[in-house]
Amino acid sequence: MSARSSLAAQLQVAPMAIVLLLFFIIPVALVVIVSFFRYQMLVGLVPDFTFKNYYDLLSNPTTWALYLSTIKFTLIVLAITLVLGFWLSYFLVFHVRHLMVAIGLFLVCTVPFWTSNIIRMISWRPVLGREGLINQGLQGIGVIEQPLDWLLFSDFSVVVTYVHLFTLFMMVPIFNSMARIDKALLEAAIDAGATRWGVVWNVVLPLSKTGIALGSLFVVTLVMGDFAVVKVMSGGLSGSATSGIFNDLQFLNYPRAAANAVILLVIVMLIASGIFRLVDVRKELVR
Amino acid sequence: MSTDRRPWTFYVLATLFTAFVIFLYGPMISVLVLAFQGPSGALTFPLRDPSLMWFGEVFNPSRVGDVPGAFSRSFPLAILVMLLTVLVSVAAGFGFRRRFFGSTVLFYTAIASLIVPGLVLSIGVLVTARFLGVSANWFTTGLGAHLSWTLPFGLLIMFAVLGRLSPSYEEAAYDLGATRWQTVMEVVVPIVFPGMIAVALFGFTLSYDEFPRSWLTIGTKNTLPLEIWTMTTNVTSPSLYALGAMTTAISFLVIGLALGSIYLIQRKRGG
Repeated sequence: MSARSSLAAQLQVAPMAIVLLLFFIIPVALVVIVSFFRYQMLVGLVPDFTFKNYYDLLSNPTTWALYLSTIKFTLIVLAITLVLGFWLSYFLVFHVRHLMVAIGLFLVCTVPFWTSNIIRMISWRPVLGREGLINQGLQGIGVIEQPLDWLLFSDFSVVVTYVHLFTLFMMVPIFNSMARIDKALLEAAIDAGATRWGVVWNVVLPLSKTGIALGSLFVVTLVMGDFAVVKVMSGGLSGSATSGIFNDLQFLNYPRAAANAVILLVIVMLIASGIFRLVDVRKELVR
Repeated sequence: MSTDRRPWTFYVLATLFTAFVIFLYGPMISVLVLAFQGPSGALTFPLRDPSLMWFGEVFNPSRVGDVPGAFSRSFPLAILVMLLTVLVSVAAGFGFRRRFFGSTVLFYTAIASLIVPGLVLSIGVLVTARFLGVSANWFTTGLGAHLSWTLPFGLLIMFAVLGRLSPSYEEAAYDLGATRWQTVMEVVVPIVFPGMIAVALFGFTLSYDEFPRSWLTIGTKNTLPLEIWTMTTNVTSPSLYALGAMTTAISFLVIGLALGSIYLIQRKRGG
């Protein structure tokens, strides 16, 4: 029985396993292999086993500056989305009294997720630009004389766009964890003399741990892997880890692009495994 | 409880929530409004002599890119990804209900496929195609690259859906004499169906809007997100917003269809 049912289960997962093998495992493995190849002008890829690409990248201060800038954006965005995701979910789960209202409000937050990221990104232009809504408004009420230049094409607009695009990835997993918390626990804590703040800190926060971990995983990987937002919204002023890859690809220098991709991948996977060490995500998901 | 006065935190968080919703929708609405800019209108407010001219401009290939062509690739691709995502991830979701050899490896592979940066995957798929000597195409390499991202999403949703499907329902059906096929069609599918629609919605929209995984994998002819990406640097007229408004309208249509049908199913069941 168990051997037969194991075989049936393997047949059911086989299509997914095949797709992931062909379009994830093999491609990523090849990126690793190509990262040791040599690049030759006009020829392109030359099979080899050299650490030159890695050496070039790691000895170049630009690489370090780009990664530092990406890590800066990641930490800022992580902090903002964490605070927003936690308190927005807290509001929906513990303050909205009717379940249907909470679900409705939750859907209101999720709908933009199903629309184009690029459109949502460029939709900040008429809002933040020199002649944008915010500058017009502030000038209209006389707060400022000259339009603020730092609103668009700056680190500020990059962070605003990231928060706009990615808060949902933090909010949904946290909402999911919080919705499973038995409300009786909160009342018990209050009865036992906890303050409302104490309940949030000692009961709600620990029980939302899985959601926070999953959300952080999404936000970190999305910001670190992004190249569209930082390119368009910084107006070319800021770079990210991916802009180096982008440049190398334009000159068809696949080996160095691959080496850079491997570095990025290793950093992302290290962060991910750190998060998985903190919480057993699988146990939480499958239960 | 319901007669209690609301604590002050309710009002603070309600304000935060409202501000967040404005933050989410405000820019989108401003683009939708500016799409109706008149001939003398700029990329910013105010809206001058509202017109539909920029919508017409979208279909003018000499000014903008080949939008109808891009759409004629993006839409079938999204439909294909949607169908395959439902089939493959629903099957896999059921497979994961039982212990099988390699389940942990497959689970973590799926998670890794979900979080690998899209650009890295894009390079990988392109390099793979080169080694195999095939050219990149939206319906081969592009399709695979999209699936590597929609299938893990679909699997996670199926975990959430199947977590609520107790095996005792199926056992009860068998005990009452149902065949395997009857059990699947009359017990399992009705319970899982709304979840399958959610998987379909994710499959369609993730593919329809996907940019990094499409970038190097779709070959020489652009899909819609890449066409829009090119336009963000080349086109400086409100036709960019008009295109944004149209593609957002299609997204809203799909979302409306999906959520509407889930709502109808739930209501039919309740009544």
